[in-house]
Amino acid sequence: MMNWKIAVTGAVLAVVVAGPAYAGATFDTVKQRGILQCGVNNGLPGFGAPNDKGEWSGLDVDFCRAVAAAVFGDATKVKFAPLTAKERFTALQSGEVDMLARNTTWTLSRDTGLGFDFVGVNYYDGQGFMVRESLGVKSALELNGAAVCVQTGTTTELNLTDYFRTNSMELKPVVFEKAEEAVAAYDEGRCDAYTTDASGLAAERSVLKNPAEHVILPEIISKEPLGPLVRHGDNEWEDIVRWTLNAMVIAEEFGITSENVDQVKAESANPEVRRMLGVEGDMAQQLKLNPDWAYNIIKQVGNYGESFERNIGEKTPLQLARGLNQLWSKGGVLYAPPVR
Amino acid sequence: MAIQTEAARRPSITPFWYDQRIRGVLFQVFVLGGLIAFIAFIIYNTTQNLQQRGIASGFGFLWSTSGFDISFSLISYKATDTYGRVLLVGILNTLFVSVLGVIGATVLGVIVGILRLSRNWLVARLATVYVEMLRNVPLLLQIVFWYFAVLASLPDVRQSSLLWGAFSLNQRGFYLPAPILEPGFSWVPVSLLVAIGLAFLIHRWAKRRQAETGLPFPTLRVNLAILILLPVATALLLGVPWTLEHPELAGFNYRGGTVLVPEFLALLFALVLYTASFIAEIVRAGILSVSHGQTEAALALGLRHNLVTRLVVMPQALRVIVPPLTSQYLNLTKNSSLAVAIAYPDLFAVFAGTTLNQTGQAIETIAITMLVYTTISLGISAFMNWYNRKIALVER
Repeated sequence: MMNWKIAVTGAVLAVVVAGPAYAGATFDTVKQRGILQCGVNNGLPGFGAPNDKGEWSGLDVDFCRAVAAAVFGDATKVKFAPLTAKERFTALQSGEVDMLARNTTWTLSRDTGLGFDFVGVNYYDGQGFMVRESLGVKSALELNGAAVCVQTGTTTELNLTDYFRTNSMELKPVVFEKAEEAVAAYDEGRCDAYTTDASGLAAERSVLKNPAEHVILPEIISKEPLGPLVRHGDNEWEDIVRWTLNAMVIAEEFGITSENVDQVKAESANPEVRRMLGVEGDMAQQLKLNPDWAYNIIKQVGNYGESFERNIGEKTPLQLARGLNQLWSKGGVLYAPPVR
Repeated sequence: MAIQTEAARRPSITPFWYDQRIRGVLFQVFVLGGLIAFIAFIIYNTTQNLQQRGIASGFGFLWSTSGFDISFSLISYKATDTYGRVLLVGILNTLFVSVLGVIGATVLGVIVGILRLSRNWLVARLATVYVEMLRNVPLLLQIVFWYFAVLASLPDVRQSSLLWGAFSLNQRGFYLPAPILEPGFSWVPVSLLVAIGLAFLIHRWAKRRQAETGLPFPTLRVNLAILILLPVATALLLGVPWTLEHPELAGFNYRGGTVLVPEFLALLFALVLYTASFIAEIVRAGILSVSHGQTEAALALGLRHNLVTRLVVMPQALRVIVPPLTSQYLNLTKNSSLAVAIAYPDLFAVFAGTTLNQTGQAIETIAITMLVYTTISLGISAFMNWYNRKIALVER
């Protein structure tokens, strides 16, 4: 009886003393730490991978840098956490990283059940298939009974099953934890097809033993809006990440690049540009950032188009066309709300 | 106050905290209270954080549809089945590779262990080389090596041929005919059970007879005959109540028959070879632990060499062998979770991997996975401890 009472008192006391452990506003934590911890892909050329100099580069990596530029005024204040598809959500949930920019598809269950908020879309993608040319397959609908290599922990794995079910085809999935292993097994001939987002197919075909032997099938079987995400319920931080993305798109709309941003800032008479670059108005204050937050993003990282061309555009090994990821005014779907 | 008045009434004036017994109890209470408080705090803290971040919790997800396919399953499984069934598929796949692995590793390990003691120089050295090479290379490396070695050396599925129209080994796995059961088949396993019962009775009877009269009985040969002949005779009497479905090349892959996927073969191969190298050393140590005098004494009694091994050396060696052998079985079972590297859908891959990721419920899935591994391990331990007690030295 005595033991029991003391135990309960002890337990209650410990809880009262420690109190509820709050996640803490991410923004304050990041500012206090002085460095942004950003979760990126552990190796997807063009999106998040170390380049030949050992520096992180890619579209998602650029976005992490842009957030650091907005928060600290210094794009280099980022610590990149390379994460596999399987690790990424637990890392963000547990607070190991402040945000994810890791070609992650925005879905309802991730937005709600997993406890995240997506801030927007930084690449509109779709899932495709790659096969050996010698198979003579011209369409994904001919893949009945095929063995397909795929990475686990992705929407890809579920889309694949859905697609085969919808078209009443038999599927033999071979599921790997890492994309490299899935690609290697496909290359060895374990699978008839390899599937992932179309952008990833282009990137991974370029590292196969003999890229010319493989073709990418025309079907795109899913919508994959890839976007940065943060933990649910921390709206202040979410706003900052969202407007970093918007600022990069708006900058492209107005033709502001890392090269001409100084000139634009000094000379532009456009009120929206002046508001965004902190020349007039109190937009930065509302975000609790420095007035030159957007200037720093554009100056140090560049606008969306610059980042796209540098990492995955026509002049890179990935040779991806802008397609859907063009500005709305030029036939794409990129559309950022105004700075007002 | 109550304590003070009680103490005042006592004849002794020593305060209670000098009483060794009371102090002992008090310390235990403090430690226990601290532990409970710590656990309560962790649980409270976790639920708070989960709620605050809007992360789903609870075990309801086990009843919702999984939506993904699994490449290799012992029971029927479709993408429309639940996460609960995914768990079951994972457990069965883990048990499948573990049980076959334990059997394979034991057989190979015992053989290599005995070969290391061979008087033939070459045989003994070869066994030594095997043991030293395999137990000194990390298992994960071996699994990945065998997987890609197997994939690279096997023929492409469309260029492979069917052996006797029934078997094919290619990059997609080992294809073999599948039996299609017909009505009446259930009598075959029944006859097997009867045969096992019969064999057990004969074994007991023969043992008693030898103890009483000294007359030996060829138990092993008779029992083997019963175990094989009875089910075969039953099957023949019923007119062979099954047909074989042969695999056929259709489209991309073989259709029909059963297939052992290369991931399974590579994992089993690596687990058996790796664990056998440890078991070989355990067996060798066990045999060497039996003093040579025992063998000499048995030989002096006129026993033949194989009887000396079976009746004198092995029973004593087993007492040394079994406890470390249990650890190796546990290791093998837990090591099977490395399957995740080569896409074999074991418990860790499909449940703590895919399911965790699709539901985001890390705490629940990991807790269930740990519970399952613990249960399997405790099961193996319990069985091996029972066996160990059975063979332990009985003092009369």
